[in-house]
Amino acid sequence: MADLSVNFAGIRSPNPFWLASGPPTNTYGQCAKAFDVGWGGAVWKTVGEPIINVFSRYGSIDLGINRMIGFNNIELISDRPIEDNLREIAELKRNYPNNAVIVSLMVESKREAWHDIVKRTEDTGADGIELNFGCPHGMSERGMGAAVGQVPEYTCNIVGWVKEVSKIPVIVKLTPNVTDITYIARAAVEGGADALSLINTINSIVGVDLNTFTPLPDVGGQSSHGGYCGPAVKPIALNLLSATASDPAVKIPISGIGGISTWRDAAEFIALGSTTLQVCTAVMHYGFRIVEDLTDGLSTWMDQSGIASIEELRGRALPKVTKWENLDLNYHIVASIDQSKCIKCELCWTACEDGAHQAIRRYPRVNGGPVVEIIEEACVGCNLCAQVCPVQGCISMQRVPNDHPPVTWKQFTAGEGALAPRSEHFHTATFSSAPKQG
Amino acid sequence: MPRPDGGESVLSPEALEANFADIAPPLTPDAALVESSKCLFCYDAPCTIACPTHIDVPAFIKKIMTGNLTGSARVILDANPMGHSCARACPVEVLCEGACVLNERDEEPIKIALLQRYATDHVLSHDLKLFSPGVDNGRKVAIIGAGPAGLSCAQDLRRWGYAVTMFDAHPNPGGLNTYAIAEYKMRPPTALAEAKKILELGVELHCNVTIGRDIPFADLERDFDAIFIGIGLGATRDLGIPGEDLGGVQDALSFIEHLKTHSYPDTRVGNDVIVVGAGNTAIDAATQAKRLGAQRVTIVYRRGEEEMPAYPYEYELAKRDGCEFRFFTVPKRVLGNGAITGLECVRAELGAPDARGRRQPVEIEGSEHVIRCDMLLKATGQLPRAEFAREAGLTVEGSKIVSSKPNVFVGGDAASGGAEIVNAAAEGKAAAARIHALLSSALAVA
Ligand SMILES: Cc1cc2nc3c(=O)[nH]c(=O)nc-3n(C[C@H](O)[C@H](O)[C@H](O)COP(=O)(O)OP(=O)(O)OC[C@H]3O[C@@H](n4cnc5c(N)ncnc54)[C@H](O)[C@@H]3O)c2cc1C
Ligand SMILES: Cc1cc2nc3c(=O)[nH]c(=O)nc-3n(C[C@H](O)[C@H](O)[C@H](O)COP(=O)(O)O)c2cc1C
Ligand code: SF4
Ligand code: SF4
Ligand code: SF4
Repeated sequence: MADLSVNFAGIRSPNPFWLASGPPTNTYGQCAKAFDVGWGGAVWKTVGEPIINVFSRYGSIDLGINRMIGFNNIELISDRPIEDNLREIAELKRNYPNNAVIVSLMVESKREAWHDIVKRTEDTGADGIELNFGCPHGMSERGMGAAVGQVPEYTCNIVGWVKEVSKIPVIVKLTPNVTDITYIARAAVEGGADALSLINTINSIVGVDLNTFTPLPDVGGQSSHGGYCGPAVKPIALNLLSATASDPAVKIPISGIGGISTWRDAAEFIALGSTTLQVCTAVMHYGFRIVEDLTDGLSTWMDQSGIASIEELRGRALPKVTKWENLDLNYHIVASIDQSKCIKCELCWTACEDGAHQAIRRYPRVNGGPVVEIIEEACVGCNLCAQVCPVQGCISMQRVPNDHPPVTWKQFTAGEGALAPRSEHFHTATFSSAPKQG
Repeated sequence: MPRPDGGESVLSPEALEANFADIAPPLTPDAALVESSKCLFCYDAPCTIACPTHIDVPAFIKKIMTGNLTGSARVILDANPMGHSCARACPVEVLCEGACVLNERDEEPIKIALLQRYATDHVLSHDLKLFSPGVDNGRKVAIIGAGPAGLSCAQDLRRWGYAVTMFDAHPNPGGLNTYAIAEYKMRPPTALAEAKKILELGVELHCNVTIGRDIPFADLERDFDAIFIGIGLGATRDLGIPGEDLGGVQDALSFIEHLKTHSYPDTRVGNDVIVVGAGNTAIDAATQAKRLGAQRVTIVYRRGEEEMPAYPYEYELAKRDGCEFRFFTVPKRVLGNGAITGLECVRAELGAPDARGRRQPVEIEGSEHVIRCDMLLKATGQLPRAEFAREAGLTVEGSKIVSSKPNVFVGGDAASGGAEIVNAAAEGKAAAARIHALLSSALAVA
């Protein structure tokens, strides 16, 4: 059995799965139930001076039958008194000594305020502190959250204040709402952060009610931009994770967050440099029970792949992320259709014809013969047809061998190496076998 | 194609093969992805509640969606060691699929059985080992009958470290899974592959051994700490009418067993077949007679369509296969001279309810008539194995065997009087848990 346990900047956790700071970590009861069903850790809902929330806080986008593929909220930090939160956190740590209990904090940008809350937090026995420099709505209007996390100097200063008094590891949670996240990550490192977590939610308006013209969520006929999360944000999170994890100036552990719903997502985050993983939306959708397949799926896959520990998996994909200019221009592939699997929907044809390079030939639907065929000379190997094809493994990209050594754009423009011959752009008019549409 | 009885099979080997092909072919990977994505992942899911073994259906379906097929199969087979045969043979429209919430939205339910088959196929085709035996705890349990109940009991006992010795009267394990389930639902090699996964946990199996005849029950009581009895049901009830001993009269179970243990052309089937009874066994006998090449198959039943015990799905299948139904028809006499030529019947109508509230058919005078046939299959229900019960010192209550001995447990068809594979699996597991409770408390004081 693969070893899922992790040591994250000194914080031990039986597995890498933590609840992200949010509604699932509001209370003792929720966190205790989560630990009982297998969560490794929890980042408590951000503690600070209690706020007042509006009614109706969430909106989401659905895609066909799939609900909540993207989720949006205008909720603020915890609305519970600091004392209540801290008392329950202390009780949680006492009753679950083997689980990771992290406290997310957000207070005014004053040194004393931070000193005070950090000391009180440490008294709970919590394993670590997470600084919420990411909340993009509401709190940022009050000079907190993303308002701090978007300015490298503020980030560095406040981390410094916290580190002046903190005896437990300090994680800085980054906002994706910046032009280059590595600036903020480096500022956190400079301030003394022990670890990073990313991403917090992305600025968004999730939709508009076309009956009332009120954007969503509707708060008495008005709305405000909110934070976007859920499965749809995973690619953004993965990119920011890889940028941060591969930055030589950021050599501290990272907790990956953003759209994690399945064990595959988790494996991908770890491969791109995460040590722990935080989940919010998927739990809000399906409940704590999802941790069962997160852990079972991850460890079963690790066993099947011969990967013994999280550490062995961590960062495996990072060396393969490079700049575009380093990619091999002579790596030549073309699409190939397995006619025995084709169900003749012609989605590939219309995608290539209208949306790409007119490299698929189309035949009339007669005699049960093939209806689509790749014109290899015209195929630019873009992948579009393989993405749209509804049959798994029906369209694959096949290597076209050539005897030219690899050449990158950098080399090519420097006059080094030669391009292998490649297809000219092909025009629809040149093939007559395509029946007229309409 | 010549037949052992000298006749000719009307159907070619290819046609026979096609007639007995998988009635519910497996899902393709795409279909499995689509289907698993449609499941809502309900909480306290009605499908799980409806399953007698309470498989966590949404959990295993979600794992198919995430590509964790091994984990999915583990969820299924942990709850139900017969998860594969159940996926093929469960009457799902009255169980999990009938309970799926999508029915409430006027949609087709999730194809739970086919998804369950998809996940468990992965185990059989890759010969995965999902479970391992527990550390030997020094206790010994005998299991009589290697059918679904016995095998399910064995799986859990082995996982908890009990030494398990099984006995079965048949040459192969699997019980009715191997010898009776309609051929188009499951073939013997599949049933045996499923059984093998459990036996591999280190079960000592003795086939061709009938307890009570070859080995006295008392010997097992002497040699084992506990005994589980999963011996299923016994002989088919007689019709109790003249001519029953004529050539061409056979009980449906032996007809099916012959079909499942020989090549198709080797099983004799008449041209004109009558099946007496209208339970699920009757349907299986009728459809398989038809698929073997019988020209005409008639199901004769004393009561009406409403009272028929067969599931609606099975009834529909028989009709689709072209079987005819004669309801309110009571067999009176098998006709023939050496070989059978017909069945004399009278028509009936439902009379007043009896003590159990069941309306008894009342024969209509002067309605005698003959239904032509050259083969008659009896599917009039099976009797409990009373002789075994007597030898073992157990009692028979109605069609059920009951144990009052503290360390002797009965499960499956023997205990229920006849149900489904999934019930046998649930009872086998429940018995394992009771044996564990009994013996582990004894272990603690020892
Ligand atoms: C024709 C037919 C079709 C069916 N179709 C379906 C279906 O489609 N779906 C479904 O869910 N269920 C079906 N069933 C019901 C299902 O097969 C049974 O409910 C299930 O097999 C019961 O399991 P069991 O372990 O209790 O008994 P069995 O499967 O009957 O196994 C009992 C075993 O005990 C052995 N045995 C008996 N006496 C002794 C002895 N004295 N010593 C040693 N061994 C002994 C027998 O050889 C046998 O192997 C069908 C049943 C029949 C008859
Ligand atoms: C309703 C809601 C409330 C949240 N509240 C907080 C918060 O108080 N503090 C915080 O650091 N992040 C908060 N988050 C952000 C999450 O912790 C997480 O970073 C984000 O949702 C992305 O992860 P996900 O895609 O798994 O939801 C909140 C998210 C949601 C949906
Ligand atoms: S999810 Fe619960 S708290 Fe939220 S609106 Fe519905 S009932 Fe109210
Ligand atoms: S998209 Fe796939 S299935 Fe559809 S026509 Fe093209 S190759 Fe065939
Ligand atoms: S009831 Fe239907 S939709 Fe709900 S979990 Fe079960 S199979 Fe899925």
